[in-house]
Amino acid sequence: MKRLLTILLAAALTGPLAAPVVAQDGPLRLTITDGVIEPLPFAVPTFEAENPEAAQVAADISRLVAGDLTGTGLFREIPASAFIAQEASFSQPVSYPDWRAINTQALIKGSVAVSGQNLTVKFRLYDVFSGAELGGGLQFAGTVPGWRRMAHKVADAAYSRITGEGGYFDSRVVFVSEAGPKDNRAKRLAIMDFDGANLQFLTDSSAIVLAPRFSPTGDRVLYTSYESGFPRINVLDVANVGRRQLTTAEGEMAFSPRFSRDGTQVIYSLSNGGNTDLYRTDLASGAHTRLTSAPSIETAPSFSPDGSQIVFESDRSGSPQLYIMSASGGEAQRISFGEGRYGTPVWSPRGDQIAFTKQNAGRFHIGVMRTDGSEERLLTASPLDEGPTWSPNGRVIMFFRETLGAGGTSALYSVDASGRNLQAVPIQGGASDPTWGPLQP
Amino acid sequence: MVFLKKAALVGLILATAACTNPDRFGGAGGAGTGAGANGGGSAVAPIAPTGANDPRSPQYFSQTVGDRVLFVVDSSTLTPAGQQTLSGQANWLKTNADYQAIIEGHADEQGTREYNLALGNRRANAVREYLVSQGVPSSRLRVISYGKERPIEVCSSAECYAQNRRAVTVIAAGGLS
Repeated sequence: MKRLLTILLAAALTGPLAAPVVAQDGPLRLTITDGVIEPLPFAVPTFEAENPEAAQVAADISRLVAGDLTGTGLFREIPASAFIAQEASFSQPVSYPDWRAINTQALIKGSVAVSGQNLTVKFRLYDVFSGAELGGGLQFAGTVPGWRRMAHKVADAAYSRITGEGGYFDSRVVFVSEAGPKDNRAKRLAIMDFDGANLQFLTDSSAIVLAPRFSPTGDRVLYTSYESGFPRINVLDVANVGRRQLTTAEGEMAFSPRFSRDGTQVIYSLSNGGNTDLYRTDLASGAHTRLTSAPSIETAPSFSPDGSQIVFESDRSGSPQLYIMSASGGEAQRISFGEGRYGTPVWSPRGDQIAFTKQNAGRFHIGVMRTDGSEERLLTASPLDEGPTWSPNGRVIMFFRETLGAGGTSALYSVDASGRNLQAVPIQGGASDPTWGPLQP
Repeated sequence: MVFLKKAALVGLILATAACTNPDRFGGAGGAGTGAGANGGGSAVAPIAPTGANDPRSPQYFSQTVGDRVLFVVDSSTLTPAGQQTLSGQANWLKTNADYQAIIEGHADEQGTREYNLALGNRRANAVREYLVSQGVPSSRLRVISYGKERPIEVCSSAECYAQNRRAVTVIAAGGLS
């Protein structure tokens, strides 16, 4: 069964997550489960330009579609130099034998039309060994300057049809852009595509900004700002960059904010009199609810995908560890029991795993564990790795890595939840505290 | 360097009167030079009335009394040496009742960002409580945590980390709000 290529990913992905999704469209299926065997070979002949104005963008889109898929580590591109068939026309029937001869399993064809600033992209995916199209043709409409999004949408559709899982290419990341020396670092919020392209700043660097978090729909961002002189929580509207500050009493310090799954509430840490506990605020009414009441530090909360539970960091046992409690507060269950200190827990969008930062024996790690704390796996190791955030489909984790010493700088990295495919995200300048938003509509 | 930053801060606060902004890193250096006693147009360089030798000056506070106490890893417990420094700070603050203070809590880079914010708050508050116990009115004190955002030493060794795990009492003229 050559065509059913199994990509073995994470040892911990058992149960419903590891169950191969039943193929609906044919036998071409890449099942993401335990351990990698071999990336799936695919080909992207340069998309057909329906008019001369479309030639350049058609070539650019073709390259980006291939780059997105190759970047996952799950696919391997067959270079154009190996092609027998040229597939110059989108409508022309596919010469399957020519693609089989060079062992192409998936073939992506497309065509691009440009009319003024308007861009139309059509795409079809073929299962070469079955000799059939996989799923129907799709058409995306956008603008010429937004061509990268069209390419990401094509790649998401191909990824999704082949793996049976959601994609993550047409998504954005908000992070803290950093400049200047370590003892006087300038920080500002920035937004970019998941691959580092289209970077735009959302704030200036006049005040320290920390730890942004996307809303579930990606329309707003919560972050901590020192704009008032003291740490306060701000809500920023991504579309118009308008922002407002949540009310915090004099003498209190509010930070570590996260949206509820429906986007109407914020959970966060509030420090008063040296003690830090978790609170919830309703964004519309401003009503506060206290969720924890302990003399220890409670911070870095994260909701479960169904919104019923919160995982957070607390040093109530003497060192920072991870705990889970009901979203309405109450008794908490400790879930981290390994050596070292645990922080920044983030619940995966699939609900099955918690990503975290771990410090042990002078090293930092990004790791994942099941929600009961079992099957802990460390994905990275360095002098300072911190702040995991999940891709929309729960397969990839982005985080930041800081180098030590006087010249130390921060950079963003991504790694598969399996621990494979560690890559730097190409960004100009320093970067930290990423938050990965949802797939764009 | 520390001296200059404190001088700049006082200058900034004088210049902006009731506006309190403890973020002394947002261009305070420029503001400090244009404000305060040294901003006049006199041809004769005035003798600074608030130099480090004047026991009533914030410079004296930071240099001679000692503006900071250090903590061990993950701890907000005051050391005996720290308590001694804070007793001196309390005496100075009681003598110089016109001044307010902002207590900045800091952590080293070992630890996650948000946890360190809470830890810095805990440290600053330990200092605040000690000063209040020594008779400084709590209304004259505010706390802020910078977590690991503002190390004073940029190397990544045990010695540097020890200097960064600190609470710094920053003297400010005028009201705090």
